Amino acid sequence: MKKWPETWKEYNTGGIVFEPGNARSFKTGPWRSLRPVWDNSKCIKCGVCYIFCPEGCVQEGPDGFFAADLDYCKGCGICAHECWPSAISMIEEGQES
Amino acid sequence: MTKPVGMEVAVAAAEAVALCNIDVAACYPITPNTHIAEHLADIIADGRIDAEYITVESEHSALSAVMGASGTGARTFTATSSQGLMYMHEILPITPAMRLPVVMGLGNRAVSGPINIWNDHSDIIMQRDSGWLSIFADNGQEAVDMFIQAFKIAEHPDVLLPINVNMDGFQLTHVVEPIVFPTQAQVNKFLPPYKPFASLHPDHPLSMGTLGLPEIYTEAVKARDVATVNAKKVIVQIWQEWEKQFGRKYEPVMTYKTAGAEILILTMGSMGETAEVAVDALRKKGVKVGLLKLKLWRPFPFDEIRKAVRGAKTLVVTDRALSYGGPGGPVCSEIRAALYDQPNRPEIVNYIIGLGGRDVRVEDFMKMIEGAPKAKKSGDAYQIYGVRE
Ligand code: SF4
Ligand code: SF4
Repeated sequence: MKKWPETWKEYNTGGIVFEPGNARSFKTGPWRSLRPVWDNSKCIKCGVCYIFCPEGCVQEGPDGFFAADLDYCKGCGICAHECWPSAISMIEEGQES
Repeated sequence: MTKPVGMEVAVAAAEAVALCNIDVAACYPITPNTHIAEHLADIIADGRIDAEYITVESEHSALSAVMGASGTGARTFTATSSQGLMYMHEILPITPAMRLPVVMGLGNRAVSGPINIWNDHSDIIMQRDSGWLSIFADNGQEAVDMFIQAFKIAEHPDVLLPINVNMDGFQLTHVVEPIVFPTQAQVNKFLPPYKPFASLHPDHPLSMGTLGLPEIYTEAVKARDVATVNAKKVIVQIWQEWEKQFGRKYEPVMTYKTAGAEILILTMGSMGETAEVAVDALRKKGVKVGLLKLKLWRPFPFDEIRKAVRGAKTLVVTDRALSYGGPGGPVCSEIRAALYDQPNRPEIVNYIIGLGGRDVRVEDFMKMIEGAPKAKKSGDAYQIYGVRE
């Protein structure tokens, strides 16, 4: 799939998107300058990070702990801010956790 | 064709819309469009037509509601005036961007302040660049005709843009005029059912009103501009179809007694009828004067204007709005732009007139025409006619 229409003539009338769920192919991860890192030893599995993530990219794993899909995480830090026991820290992209 | 009936023009406008097989209307009443909103609500509540009337708490919601309905493939209508149109402002440019063929009735009224409920064109002029198609009626018959034409224009597959039909507030909306209504069968023949380009339905998911990043926004603007410019061809063609079926002629620039005219006066809206009387009187006195009536405001008919002024020495442009600290009247700026690089263009005099409901009488047109050489000599880009000095 082409990322952008080549010319204005290929712009769909009214900018209508006919492919359901195509936001999936628009990866917002590269916008990120800070990355959330989970310390599961502090996590109480409350799911607040999952609820508050505006990107909807925090998912619960089979072990009941949570993690962000870094293809979409914008690094806004809301999960880290909301986490009660401070189990999430935001670190500079490119740095080791 | 039925016999003429005497009817208030706003009520007649609602009757015309009711002939158009609409599905959804949402209006928030505001003077002077209230009678359109009220009468259409009556028609729907009485079950005369099968449509939904959404009672909304504001004009912002009225336009949002009809856009949502239009997105599902419904034929939609809204109406407003002045501050109501201002309140729609945030939504107005989104309707054409989404290519939703909403039809709007505008009872043109001055924008506050000072607070004023009477007629001028400052409401539509302030929304000029929202991307809606805009047409102007001179009288009640034209308003009725234009509402029926408007749905066909807006919904044409090569157009798919919203359109507003402008009627001068009070001067048109509140006067009783003789009006010939087409029959339902005639309207059905003229106006085919709306076939949307795409519509919202759970069985075929799609997204409307999407994000446009810097990588796509420019192309979106270009696509929309091309559609708007090209709409003129369709408008002219639909007006010709109308003339063929109903015998009443519509053109982007209508001419009245322009043969051999040295002076032309240009109007937009209901002043045109008054100007005709002035032209008749002056012609009788031997003055070589003619009248141009602008029916199509957006897309602006540049070529038609160039053609219409050919041979004239003086062009007097009347404007019912002012661009403060700008080049004068908005109609006149477009006309100056249209003629700038033309050889032998006429001298242009611009009068700002009929503001906030001030009457424009036949003798005012005489005075504007007679005073044109003096106005030109003053060197001012525009004159505010009749202002008490
Ligand atoms: S940083 Fe923001 S986007 Fe990323 S997972 Fe946390 S809440 Fe979601
Ligand atoms: S908000 Fe914190 S404690 Fe709650 S699930 Fe997320 S990481 Fe664990």
